[in-house]
Amino acid sequence: MRISLFIACYNDTLFPEIGIAVVRVLERLGHTIDFPLEQTCCGQMHYNTGYQPEALPLLRRFVEVFRDSEAVCVPSSSCVTMMREHYEKIALASGDNTLQSEVAALLPRVYEFTELLVHRLGVEGVGAVYPHRVTYHSSCHSLRNLRLGDVPIRLLSNVRDIELIPMEAADLCCGFGGTFSIKNPDVSGAMLEEKLQYIQKTQAEVCTACDSSCLMHIGGALHRRRAKMRTEHIATILASEVASAALRNGGR
Amino acid sequence: MATIPNVDFKKRRAPDFPSAALPLLQDAQLRSNVRHATGVIQGKRARVVSEMPDWQALRDAGQRIRAHTLEHLDIYLEQFEQRCIAAGGHVHWARDAAEANRIVLQLAQNRTGRIIKIKSMTTEETGLNRALEAAGIRPVETDLAELIVQLGHDKPSHIVVPALHKNRSQVRELFSRTMNLPQLGDRPEDLAEAARVYLRRQFLSTPVAVSGANFLIAETGGVCIVESEGNGRMCLTLPKKLISIAGIDKIIPRFRDLEVLLQVLPRSATGERMNPYNSLWTGVHPGDGPEEFHVVLLDNRRTEVLRDPEARETLHCIRCGACQNACPVYRQTGGHAYGSVYAGPIGAILTPQLAMMERGQSLPYASSLCGACYEVCPVKINIPEILIHLRGRVVTGRPKVLRAFHPEAIAMRAMQWMFLRATRFSMAQRLGRIAQRPWIRQSGWIERLPTVLGGWTRTRDLRPLPPQSFREWFQARSHASMPSQNSSEAPHD
Amino acid sequence: MTDILIGDPLSARSEILARIRSANRGISVKNRNTNATESWQDIPRTYRQCGTLTEADRVQLLAERLIEYGAGVYRCQSAQVADNIAEILRCRLKRKILLSSDVDPDWLPQNGPAFIHGNALSYPEIEACEGVLTGCTVAIAVTGTLALCHTSAGSSRVLTLLPDYHLCVVQAAAIVETVPEGFRALEPHRLQPITLISGPSATADIEMTRIQGVHGPRVLDCLIVV
Repeated sequence: MRISLFIACYNDTLFPEIGIAVVRVLERLGHTIDFPLEQTCCGQMHYNTGYQPEALPLLRRFVEVFRDSEAVCVPSSSCVTMMREHYEKIALASGDNTLQSEVAALLPRVYEFTELLVHRLGVEGVGAVYPHRVTYHSSCHSLRNLRLGDVPIRLLSNVRDIELIPMEAADLCCGFGGTFSIKNPDVSGAMLEEKLQYIQKTQAEVCTACDSSCLMHIGGALHRRRAKMRTEHIATILASEVASAALRNGGR
Repeated sequence: MATIPNVDFKKRRAPDFPSAALPLLQDAQLRSNVRHATGVIQGKRARVVSEMPDWQALRDAGQRIRAHTLEHLDIYLEQFEQRCIAAGGHVHWARDAAEANRIVLQLAQNRTGRIIKIKSMTTEETGLNRALEAAGIRPVETDLAELIVQLGHDKPSHIVVPALHKNRSQVRELFSRTMNLPQLGDRPEDLAEAARVYLRRQFLSTPVAVSGANFLIAETGGVCIVESEGNGRMCLTLPKKLISIAGIDKIIPRFRDLEVLLQVLPRSATGERMNPYNSLWTGVHPGDGPEEFHVVLLDNRRTEVLRDPEARETLHCIRCGACQNACPVYRQTGGHAYGSVYAGPIGAILTPQLAMMERGQSLPYASSLCGACYEVCPVKINIPEILIHLRGRVVTGRPKVLRAFHPEAIAMRAMQWMFLRATRFSMAQRLGRIAQRPWIRQSGWIERLPTVLGGWTRTRDLRPLPPQSFREWFQARSHASMPSQNSSEAPHD
Repeated sequence: MTDILIGDPLSARSEILARIRSANRGISVKNRNTNATESWQDIPRTYRQCGTLTEADRVQLLAERLIEYGAGVYRCQSAQVADNIAEILRCRLKRKILLSSDVDPDWLPQNGPAFIHGNALSYPEIEACEGVLTGCTVAIAVTGTLALCHTSAGSSRVLTLLPDYHLCVVQAAAIVETVPEGFRALEPHRLQPITLISGPSATADIEMTRIQGVHGPRVLDCLIVV
């Protein structure tokens, strides 16, 4: 299948290894990856911060770029949430009938990365090896908006040599919340502090999730505390093979 | 149509949420009390909800009943009024808080100079107690938690458990001092007994009671009040005169609708299958209860909420407080950070709307949009969606100059400009890599950032922008004739 | 009957109603049925309308719930009601008991405590009684709820409020399983005062610790007649 990758602006800029990992996993499964260079941002930040009219041109752009894609893969639950929960509403408010029908036609072809693997491609084992203790943080967008359920866990449990450690209070928000973490830094920090207790209690080496935004927040605090645990997006774990896992380990 | 009275928001402006939260975050005792209480109720709620195979069907029905009621609100209010009067009650209409308080003040005059009260968020909203005290009438709160709040000159911090920020020794100290009971123990039983004795005299000797209402039943003209302690029943039956204040949103169409709402409310509110006491009455009943009964129907800008198609669902609320218990933000700060009668997620959407977006503008931002509130709401109010919508109203409601030059607005426009061309975006990525250099510490991470971004680095570090963006990697890879192992190495070493 | 008019009631009323109508006019609800009655009937009610338990199981469930809430529960055959009431009241050391008018005279024990009809008593006289004996219109098993419909002064709400003890006799036939069944049974009484009692009064206001007995009767006993 030809899969178009929407990488998300912050992954593109801050976490290129996630996109690279997605490409590796999907190519390993025999798919062709295409990355339209015209893509930028889904508009979530504008929309969720109260700049809804400003999100419309970004939506138009997304539709123009991906209109003809067979399937769009997005390694970010929050971007997919933005599209699924708000794009139709924004298109409706724009009064543009063509846009409305294009959005309606495109949305069913947009998948979050793990969702694409399990629900669209029917794959649970992707041939990964990752000899580490890992705990999975279920981001609010994965859990409540996309309702991914155990999809990420099913993928992770098929990784060879991985040790999955369940996390207590798994449905508790980590406190990131996009611009919330900037506008309410102290409350966000307090929420993170509580979440970290549960994360660190697992004594895992790696905390993973389907959203690098939560992981940036969690990982930033782990680094501030000079904790041993690090964060990895689920795609980089699923892309790991023996050699790269060893390399990664040695490099750190 | 009369104009809505202007609120001088400079004068009445509470500190915004982030600053109000700050001292609360440092109050370890308060935070531990709040976490404990919300944790206990959440656990109980989860248990009794899991017993219900038809929970989602009940939520659906609850949502539909509430939406239907709002669509026909005028009809149902008139019907309620007519049936209540027919049953011997009196119905008053109040456009705003001041009008409601004036009505109650005139009705509440009595020889004892005091009235007894059942916990009511609506009277908190109208500031009735202050108005009564100013007129020389002493309101005696009879709900245990409200009594704690009143005796301590404190403010309620939760819809259902207003004193959850106080622990037993704090309550013992308060009761012992105000009720003159030096020997009082600090077991919850001792404290409840003290309140029983203290209040029984008030119940039997006070001729006027004021209550809120959980539901007004249009079909019968009746009222339903849900409670646990029996103080409500005392107030509803012992005094000669009863005055109930209810928002116009408290209407339900028919008696039978209680079969839904009285299933979802107690389970959501206190984690009980049914709360110990529910009272229903219609007008006056000869030989049983008050001889005179008044209902005050309060608008206080609820009709303005109704006008906004994206947010009118806020009025579905049945004040269970489940969203507060589920909210990870509320869990950290407690209710006082919201600077309003209604705290937590529902407060974050209701308060600014009742204030015509002139106050509480920071409240729609006091949420990480995690969606836990929506998940537990018994009438399915999509609070995160309304929060986002109200953020939009905050932005568009700024004065014209501010709308153009607000730093956030400038930043958002700049980001949008950047995102509208991929070339601009990659240019910004390259510029970012240069601009970040002075901030990268020896650890290889950014540990302190200037301006508004400094909020981020107050509690966390930031990994710097890597030397190659994903798009650069992908382009480089495509330029090579075929994908090779080397080109797919991560830019991070 | 003249209503008590305060302030500017007519204009407040008409203004609020006008505001509601104007707000609702602006809302375009798809397929909105403008007829309130029909639209109410269209509300989907796919939740459980009827239970599936047998009478014996309903009795059992009600008993379990009430015990969980801290009430005392006793069961007996209809012929032994009077004996059981006498026994329960003896154990509770109650000698002066108020009588609600919905109590079947056949239930009263001959040599038991003094039973006093509550209809003409003052509050202090009611408070001076050690307890109250009532029937029960409907009981809901799932929630452990006893519904009392107050039909006259002889069964008024205050009788089950001021005394510190309440003994409620429930006929097994009056026990339904679900809340919707309960409200259907209460529908004919909907204009009367109704009190739903689910266990003795309680509070959890202090540290979320459930304390039984704040203002209402601190002890609730339930005798189920099977």
